[in-house]
Amino acid sequence: MGNLRFRDDAALDQPAVALSAFLDQSNATAVRLEPGEDARLLIPHLDRIALIEVAFPKFRDGRGYSAARILREAGYAGELRAQGDVLVDQIREMRRCGFDSFVPDKPLDAAVVKTTLERYDNVYQRAADAAVPVWKLRHG
Amino acid sequence: MYKYDQYDQAIVDARVDEFRDQVRRRMAGEMTEDQFKPLRLMNGLYLQLHAYMLRVAIPYGTLDSRQMHMLAHIARKYDRDYGHFTTRQNIQYNWIKLEDAGDILADLATVEMHAIQTSGNCIRNISSDQYAGAAADEVTDPRPWAELLRQWSTFHPEFSYLPRKFKIAVIASDEDRAAMRLHDIGIQLVEREGKLGAAFYVGGGMGRTPMIAPLIKDFVPIEDFLSYSEACLRVYNRYGRRDNIYKARIKILVHEIGADEYRRQVEEEFAHVKTLGIDPPVAELERITAFFAPPAFEAGITDSVDRSDPDFAVWLDQNVKAHKQAGYAIVNISLKKTGDIPGDASSAQIDVMADIAKDYSFDELRVTHAQNIVLPHVAKRDLYAVWQKLVEADLAAANLDLISDIIACPGLDYCSLANARSIPVAQKIAKRFADPARQRDLGELKLKISGCINACGHHHAGHIGILGVDKKGTENYQLSLGGSGAEDTSIGKITGPGFDEDGIVDAVERVTDKYIQLREGDERFLDTYRRVGFDPFKEAIYG
Ligand code: HEM
Ligand code: SF4
Repeated sequence: MGNLRFRDDAALDQPAVALSAFLDQSNATAVRLEPGEDARLLIPHLDRIALIEVAFPKFRDGRGYSAARILREAGYAGELRAQGDVLVDQIREMRRCGFDSFVPDKPLDAAVVKTTLERYDNVYQRAADAAVPVWKLRHG
Repeated sequence: MYKYDQYDQAIVDARVDEFRDQVRRRMAGEMTEDQFKPLRLMNGLYLQLHAYMLRVAIPYGTLDSRQMHMLAHIARKYDRDYGHFTTRQNIQYNWIKLEDAGDILADLATVEMHAIQTSGNCIRNISSDQYAGAAADEVTDPRPWAELLRQWSTFHPEFSYLPRKFKIAVIASDEDRAAMRLHDIGIQLVEREGKLGAAFYVGGGMGRTPMIAPLIKDFVPIEDFLSYSEACLRVYNRYGRRDNIYKARIKILVHEIGADEYRRQVEEEFAHVKTLGIDPPVAELERITAFFAPPAFEAGITDSVDRSDPDFAVWLDQNVKAHKQAGYAIVNISLKKTGDIPGDASSAQIDVMADIAKDYSFDELRVTHAQNIVLPHVAKRDLYAVWQKLVEADLAAANLDLISDIIACPGLDYCSLANARSIPVAQKIAKRFADPARQRDLGELKLKISGCINACGHHHAGHIGILGVDKKGTENYQLSLGGSGAEDTSIGKITGPGFDEDGIVDAVERVTDKYIQLREGDERFLDTYRRVGFDPFKEAIYG
C-alpha cells in the first residue's frame, strides 16, 4: 500500500507550493510546510487552503507534529498530509495530531497500519483528534 | 500509592502487545535495526556492549512490595540475578535477550509496571523526592502531580519525537533531594495565600554542557499545571535545535534565546493552550491525590529508640531520617557497601527489601537518585528489627551521604558510549576510605562518577566529581570540585589534568586531606570549598 487517506472528499490534484511562494502570491490552494517553517503564518489564509502538506525529511524530526496541532487548533479542516520518512509506528501519533493523509517514502503494510491504529482503545490526553481522554471517561 | 484502573491497565497491556509485534517484525527482518531502534528505545531497550539492556520505569521512584518482588523475579528469570538502580529512580537489567523482552513487559504489566518512555527523545520517567509523603518540610505530597504528569506524558502524540530526551522532576520542599534544577523541567510545588501552585524551572541538565535551570515562572496556579507544561514543551518541540545532537536539549534553547525570551514565548503559547481544555477537572486531581493519602499511622507510639547496640546506633545516626509523623522514621538502605557496585542489588536482596517494606513500612519503598532504597514509613519501635534484617541481607551499610555512598554510572563495563570504567574506580575509592570512623569524620561528601561526558553519574553535581575521558586510547579521569545537586545547586569545576585509575584515588584523598586541614567548625567539605575556593585544593592535588 502506498498512500493513505482518511477523508471522504475527493483528493486535490494540485501540487503543493512552498510556503514562501504561497505567501507571496497566490491563488494556490495547496501548500507545503518544511520542518523549520512556522505553521502560524498560514492561519490568516486557512479558509482558502484545501491541502497542507507537512514534510518529514527524517522521522526523528518531530516539529511537524506541533505544526499539525497548531493548524487544527486554528480551525483548519482541509486535508493535512504527512509526507516523507513516515513510519507505520508513527501513524497513530500523527492521526492524533490531526493528520488525515499520508504519503510515505516507503510503502506501508496495510495490515500493520490497521492493527496499529486499532491497538489502543484509550488515550491519556486531549489532542487534535476526537479521542476522549481517560480523565473524561472517569468523570463524565 | 497509585493503583491502576481499567484504563491504565488497558494502555499498558496494549503496549505489551505492540512491543511484541515490533520485536516480531524486527526478528522476522521486516524492519531494519535503524527503524527498530527508536521503537525499542521508547520501550527502554538499549543495545549495550555485550547484550541488550532493559530499563524499567519506577514512576517517581515509588514501589510496593509486590512490584519490588517482580523486579527480583525478572532479575532471576531473565537476567543474571541482579538489577541496577539508577540515578533516574529506575532499574536496569544488563543482560536481556531480545526474544525475552516481550515476556518481561508482560510480567511487569501484571504488577502495574512498564518500560514506557524510559529512553528515546520523549518525556522520560518523572522523578521526585524520595521522602515524598514522609518529609516534614513538604507543602504537599508531590507524587500526585508526578502521576498526573506521567499520564499526560504517556504516548503524548505531539511530544514523542522531541529534539532530545526530556526529564522532569517534581518536588514540594525547599530542601531539594531530587536535583530538581538539573532537569529539563524542574517543578517545585509551592503555596501562596493558601493556594497550591508550581514554580517552573526550565532548561537545566547535565551532559556535555551542564546548566542550572533558571526560574521561568514562580507561580503557575495548579489548575494550569498541564497547560503550562504543554506550552513549555511545545515551544521546545518547535524551536529546539535539531541540527546538532549536542545542542538539542532544552537547556541550549533556553540559553541561546535567554530565559526572558523563552518565558515570553511560553506565556504566549500558554494563553492559547489554556483554551484547549487539556487540564483535567478537579475531580480527577482529587481521585489521584486520594491514592497518596497518608497510611494509617498509629498515634501515640513511642518516639524513643534503644541505642544500646553500638553498630545499630551508628546506622541509626547515619541512615535514618526524621519523619513528619511522631513515632515514625525514614530508613535509607544503602546499596553501597564497600566493594559493592553502586546501585546493584541481587534478586535475594530485592526480595528482602520487599518483605521488610511489607512488614514494616506500610508496603512502600522508594528508589533514590543516589541509587539507594528508602523505606519511607517505619515505626521507631521497629527500627532495631528492621536493621537486623538488613544486616542479615548485607544491606546495612551505614554510609548515607558519606564519601563511599558513591553515584556511578555503568561505565565501560557495560556502556558502549563509555570512555572509561566507573565501577572499579568507585570500588577503589570506597576501599581507600573503608574505615567507617574516617568516613564519618569527613562527613557529608557526595562523590559522583560518570564514564563519559553524558554525565549519567551526575559528576557535575558531585561535591567531588569524576569524569572518565579518553586519553590517547587509555582510560583517564578528570576531577572536579564544588558541584551540588541540592537546593544550593552548583556545577563542579574541573581541577586540571586527569589521572589514571590509581592516580584519581590518590587525588581524591589529597582533596579530603586538605579539607580536614582547612575546615572550620562543623563545615562540610562543600562549605569549606566554597569558603576557601578552588586554589588551595588545586595546589594540594598538583603540588
Ligand atoms: C548504559 C546505557 C546508557 C546509555 C547508552 C546512556 C546514554 C546517555 C546519554 C547519551 C546521555 C546524554 C544525553 C544528553 O546530554 O543529551 C545520558 C544522560 C544521562 N543518563 Fe544515561 N545512559 C545509560 C545509562 C544510564 C544509567 C545507568 C543512568 C543512571 C545511573 C543514566 C542516567 C542518566 C542521567 C541522569 C543523564 C544526565 C541527564 C542530563 O544530561 O540532564 N543513564 N545518558
Ligand atoms: S555517563 Fe557515559 S559511560 Fe556512563 S552510562 Fe552514561 S553514556 Fe555510559
